Amino acid sequence: MAIRINGTEVAAPDDVRVSLLDLLRERLHLTGTKVGCNQGACGACTVLVDGERVLSCLTLAVQAEGRSVTTIEGLGSADSPHPLQLAFIEHDGFQCGYCTPGQVCAAAAMLREIEAGVPSYVTADLTAPVLVTREEVRERMSGNLCRCGAHNGIVDAILEVAAGRAA
Amino acid sequence: MSRIQNAVIESVKTVLGWVPAQWLPGGTPDPLIERRAAIGRQASRQDGPAKVRGEARFAAEVAMDRLTYASLVHGTVTRGRITRLETAAAEAAPGVILVLTHRNMPRLAPLALISFTDLSAVGNSSLPILQDPVVRYNGQVVALVVAETQEQADHAAQLIEIDYAADAARTRFEGAKDDARTPASILIEKNHVSVGDAERELERAPHRVDNVYRTPGHNHNALELHAVTVAWQGGSLVVHDATQMIAPSANVLARLFGLKKEQVRVLSPFVGGGFGGKGLWDHQIVAIAAARLVDRPVRLVLSRDSVYRIIGGRTPTEQRVAIGADTEGRFTALVHTGYSIMPTYGACPEQYTLGTRALYRARSFEIVQRHLDLDIVPNTFMRAPGEAIGTFAVECAVDELAHAMSVDPIELRRRNEPDRHPISGTAFSQRALMQAYADGAGRFGWERRLAQPGARRDGEWLLGMGCASGSFPYVRMPGANVRITLRRTGEATLSCSAQDMGMGTATVQIQHAADRLGLPVEAITFEMGDSSLPAGPLAGGSAQTVSIAGAIMAAADKLTAELLRLAGNASPVAGLRAGEVRLVDGGITSIANPSQRESYQSILTRAARNEVTVSAAGSPPLEMLKFAMHSSSAIFCALRVSQVTGEIRVDRLLGSFDCGTILNPKTAASQFRGGMIMGLGLALTEETLFDERSGRIMNATLADYHIPSHLDVPEIDVMWTGIPDPRSPLGARGIGEIGITGVAAAVANAVFNATGKRIRDLPITLDKVL
Amino acid sequence: MMPFTYSRAASIDQAIEMAAGGRSHLLGGGTNLVDLMRKGVERPSGLVDVTALPGTIEETGGGGLRIGAAARNSAVAAHPLVRARYPMLARAILAGASAQIRNMATVGGNLMQRTRCVYFQDVAGARCNKRAPGSGCDAAGGFNRYHAIIGASPQCIATHPSDMCVALAALDARIHVAGAGGARTIPMVDFHRLPGERPDLETLLEPGEMIVAVEIDASPFARSTYRKVRDRASYAFALVSVAAGLTMRAGRIEKIGIALGGIAAKPWRALRAEAALRGGPATAQAFEAALAVELADAAPLPGNAFKVGLAQRTLGAVCIELSGSDR
Repeated sequence: MAIRINGTEVAAPDDVRVSLLDLLRERLHLTGTKVGCNQGACGACTVLVDGERVLSCLTLAVQAEGRSVTTIEGLGSADSPHPLQLAFIEHDGFQCGYCTPGQVCAAAAMLREIEAGVPSYVTADLTAPVLVTREEVRERMSGNLCRCGAHNGIVDAILEVAAGRAA
Repeated sequence: MSRIQNAVIESVKTVLGWVPAQWLPGGTPDPLIERRAAIGRQASRQDGPAKVRGEARFAAEVAMDRLTYASLVHGTVTRGRITRLETAAAEAAPGVILVLTHRNMPRLAPLALISFTDLSAVGNSSLPILQDPVVRYNGQVVALVVAETQEQADHAAQLIEIDYAADAARTRFEGAKDDARTPASILIEKNHVSVGDAERELERAPHRVDNVYRTPGHNHNALELHAVTVAWQGGSLVVHDATQMIAPSANVLARLFGLKKEQVRVLSPFVGGGFGGKGLWDHQIVAIAAARLVDRPVRLVLSRDSVYRIIGGRTPTEQRVAIGADTEGRFTALVHTGYSIMPTYGACPEQYTLGTRALYRARSFEIVQRHLDLDIVPNTFMRAPGEAIGTFAVECAVDELAHAMSVDPIELRRRNEPDRHPISGTAFSQRALMQAYADGAGRFGWERRLAQPGARRDGEWLLGMGCASGSFPYVRMPGANVRITLRRTGEATLSCSAQDMGMGTATVQIQHAADRLGLPVEAITFEMGDSSLPAGPLAGGSAQTVSIAGAIMAAADKLTAELLRLAGNASPVAGLRAGEVRLVDGGITSIANPSQRESYQSILTRAARNEVTVSAAGSPPLEMLKFAMHSSSAIFCALRVSQVTGEIRVDRLLGSFDCGTILNPKTAASQFRGGMIMGLGLALTEETLFDERSGRIMNATLADYHIPSHLDVPEIDVMWTGIPDPRSPLGARGIGEIGITGVAAAVANAVFNATGKRIRDLPITLDKVL
Repeated sequence: MMPFTYSRAASIDQAIEMAAGGRSHLLGGGTNLVDLMRKGVERPSGLVDVTALPGTIEETGGGGLRIGAAARNSAVAAHPLVRARYPMLARAILAGASAQIRNMATVGGNLMQRTRCVYFQDVAGARCNKRAPGSGCDAAGGFNRYHAIIGASPQCIATHPSDMCVALAALDARIHVAGAGGARTIPMVDFHRLPGERPDLETLLEPGEMIVAVEIDASPFARSTYRKVRDRASYAFALVSVAAGLTMRAGRIEKIGIALGGIAAKPWRALRAEAALRGGPATAQAFEAALAVELADAAPLPGNAFKVGLAQRTLGAVCIELSGSDR
C-alpha cells in the first residue's frame, strides 16, 4: 500500500524506523513540515492524516500506508492560498515562521473539529453546540508552541477565518 | 574584560564629553526623522508568503547530492577522562561512514570567545572541541557518527561504548560562592560601582527594603533546532547554518580551518528563532570537520536533547537588592549585588546590574556582580541578558518599598525618575518613561487597582494588578556594511549579510531604504543572509536594525555624491553639493529649491550607465559613549490566582514602550508581544532543571521545560510614545529584547497584589503561592 | 532507534501470535512508545501495529459502554454518549496532551502509558529501577515535584501520567484482556501496580496478553467532572488531578466516586475517602477531611509535599462544584 501525500502516491520507506516527518523532509523534500522537538512536545510537525491533525514526528511512515496525508504544501498554493495562510500574513501570526506551517495545519483541522461539535477542556457544556471563542481557540491550539510569541496574531487570524466561514 | 579595558573606555568617554555633539554621529538628527513615508507604516512581512506556505528553506532543508547525516554522542560525566572508547560496533553498523572522536578529529585551535572589542570573535566556549579524552562538562560532545541516513546515524551513535574515570566536579551554586570572582568589567562597563556609602545610607534610611531574589537557569528553546548543512567544494567551505552571526562566523571558520575569507561562505537566509542561542558552538565545528573527512556533504540537526546539552542558556542568579528611601520616598541608597555562573571558558557575564544604573536616581549606589565558576555548558546571551532578570529583582524591590510606604508604585518611581544618567551624569539622548507610565496606566485602568492585597476576588480566584519598569540599552554595532546598487530603471538593491530570526529585517530596511533613496518600496530589494554579501554585524543587543540603518545612511550619502558626480555640469542639479540635496521621488532634489531636480533615470541615462553601485560602512557608534541612550517601558499585568490550587492565570498584559521611532507598527508590535510572552514564561513556568548532584540538565525536552502555550497567553496590548531619539539613525532604538524586561516583576507584583504573598524566587509556580 | 520489524495485525488472535515470545511491543498511536524508542528507553525487536483492531464505542445492554482498545482518545471524548453520561471521562481525556496527540493515541495505549519521570527518560545520564531494575533511583534525591506522594517504594517514586485512567478508575471500569491463555477481565482499580520491589512491572498484564476493550457500567453519578492542576495552563502533565462523580439524595451523598492523578504510580482510587463521605453532607470540610484520611499514609518528598494539601483543596472545590443544585 502506498501513502497518498498531497494527492501523490508515495511508497513507504524500506527502513521502518523512518518517521512520517523524516519521510516528508529528507526523502520527499517537503520541508514545509518542521521538526521542533522530535518528542511530540511542540506541534511544529503537525500534518493532516485523513483530514485529522497528527504529529508526524511520532508517526512511523509505515503507519501512514493506505492513508492520505496533507502537508502545508498541499493545503494551499501561491495561486490559491488557504484563507488561513492569508490571515496569518495579515495578522502577523508569526515572526521566524518556523512553527507556522504546523500552526496553519493545526488550525485548519481545528476549525473542522469545532464545526463537528467536538468539545475541548474549556468547553463549559459538553453537550451544547461549540462556539468559536478566543478561549476555545487558545486551548485547542495549545499543542502548537511558538517561541517568538506570535500567539495573539495566530488567534486573531484563526478567529477571522472562522468568522468568515460562519458568515 | 580587564582593568585596561575599563581605563580605555573611560578615557574615550571622557574625550567624547569634550567633543561637541554635532561632530559625532547623531550630532545632527537624521533628517528622515522628520520626513517619513514608508517608515512607520504597517507593512506585512516580505517573507510572509514563503513562510506561511512552508517554502522558506531553513538550514536543515537545503537539498544536496550525496548528502550524509550525522548524530552526536554526549559525555555523561561532568569532569573526567575517557578510559575506554569502543567504536567498532558503530563503525560496522549499516550505513555508517565515519565515527569521529578525539582520536581522529583534526587538530583545531579553540574558538575565540565573543568579544566586544574583537567583533570577529564569536565563540561561546573556548574549550577544546573533540581534541582530547577529557570531559569538562556533562553533555559535552565526545563523538559524532556520519551515516547514509539519519536513522542509521542515530542508531550507530547508541552503539558507541564509553567508560569514564570521573573526577570531582564543581556543580553546586551555593558551594561555589566562597570562590566567587569579581571581574573588573561587565561587557564594556566597570563592574563595581560605588557611589557614596550605600550600606550606611541604608542603615539610617527611614524606609528600606533589603531582600534576595533568585532566578533559575533558562534555555532559549527556539523552535527550530540548531542545524547545519555543510559541504566542502574543492578547497572551499559552504555552510548552511541556523545562525544569528553570519559574517563573523564565516571569519572565524576561515581562521579555524586555515582558509582564506573568500573560501568560506555561510548562508542563513531564515533562522527559526534565535534569542541569543543561535551562535557558533561545537556542533558546527565537528560537522565541518566530518564533512572534510568523508568528502561528502553532512547534515547535522541537533536533537532537542542535544540542544540542552551543548547550547548554553541563561545562568541562574541570586541577587540582593536593597533600597533606602527618605520620608518622601526619594532613594538614598540603591544596592544591587549578586552571583551568577560564568565559567572561565564562557563569554556571557549576564549583566543583570547594568540596567539598574540608569533606572533610578539615588544618593548612593553599591553595585557589583560576582561570578561563580562551575563545570557546565557555558551559559550565553539570552534575550535581554541581564535586564530580563535584573529588572525582576529591582522592580519587585521598588514595589515592596511602595507597599511598605503606602505609596502608589508608579508615584514612587516618578519621585525617583532621573533627569540624567544617575551614575555618569551624562545626558539622556531621550527618555520618556513617565509618559509611558501615564499612557499605559490610562489605557490599562490602573486606577481600578486596590492597594490592599487580596481585596478583589471572583469565586475561588483572587485578582491582582501589578506594574514594573523595563529597560534596555541602545546599541549600534560597528562593522555594518551595506552595498547599494541603483539601476536606471529606478530600482535599487541593498545587500548586507544580515540575518533574520523573525524580526522583519528585510521588511523594515526596505521601508527605510524607500524613504532614504526616495523610491517606492516596490522598487527596493534587500539581499541578506549570506556571508558573500557585505558584512553586517551579528544580530544581538537589539542592535541590528539601527546598525544596518547607519550603514544605509552612509551608503546613501556616498550614492548622492556619486550621482552628483555622474550628473555633471549639464544637470539641473549641477553645482550642488551633497549637503544641499536630498534623494526624493526617484531623483536628486535641491533642498533650497525643490524644483531644481533630476531623476536617477535621467542622470544615469546621460552618463550612459545602467547602474551605479556604492558600498559603505556605518560610522563608528560614538553616540553610545557620548550620550546615555536607553529604551524603557512600563509593563502592566492583571491576573488571577486560585485560592484552591495556587494556579496563576494572566488575564491582561500591557506594555507601554519608549523606544524611539517605531519603524513598522505591525512587526514592532509582534516583537514587543513576543518579548512579553517570553517574560510570562520567565515569570511563571520556565526553569532549566540542573541536577547539582550530577551536573546534568534533567528536563531536556519541550514537554518538561514549559514555554507558554496558547492558553497561557492573553491578549496583549502594546503602545509606544513614538518619540524619536535625536541621536540615532531614524530616531530608532532596538526593540527585540526590551519586551521581556519588567514582565516577571509586573507578574510577581500582581501576584502580591492578589494574594499578599511576595514570591522572590522564579518561576512563580503554584506550590510557592499556596 | 534500534532496528525493529513492523507488522500489522488484522485480528486480535493474529496480534497475540505476532507479539508472542519475544521483545515485540504492540503499537497503538505511538505517541509514547515511539518517543521512548527514540530516547532508547524502549528497545523492542518488533512492533505489532494494532490500530486496525476494533476501536468501536458501543452501548452495552445495561446502559454502559464498551470501548475497543484501538479507539482514539479524541473519538472517545467526542462521542455523544461519553459527553452526555460520563463528563468526567470526556474532560479527563480532553485535559490530556494536545488535540494532535489525542487524535493519535489509543485507549489501550493510554492505559499502557509510561511515567514521565525525567530520570526514567534519561537513559544516558540517570539511574532508574523502573528502566534498569536494580540500578538505583536518582529521582528520590532529585527533582521530584511530579512524583508520588503515596504508594511509592524506595525503589521508585514515579507517577502514572494518564488523565483518562484517573476517570476510568473513578468509574470502576473493567479492562478486557486477551492472551494465548484465553480472555479475562481486570478491574481498572487493580490494573496498574504499585512499584514495591518491582517498579518495572507496571500492570497486571501477563506476557503475551493484550488489552482488547474497556468497559464501563451505566454511570452511577448524577454529575461528574475532572479537574487538572498544572503550572502551564495547557499541554502539561498533572501535578494533581481529580476525577469525581456524585449523586446526592435529600442533601446526603448517596453515590460517590473519587480518583486522583499525579500522586501515585497508578490512578489513585480514594475508596477510604468515599466510604467516609457516603451518607454524609457534601461540604468542603467533609471532603478535605475525608481525603486526609485517604492520604494518611502519604509520604511526600521535599519537592512535592505541597501536593497533599493541594489534592485536598482541589477535591473540596470539585465536590462543592458537583453538589451544587443548579444542574
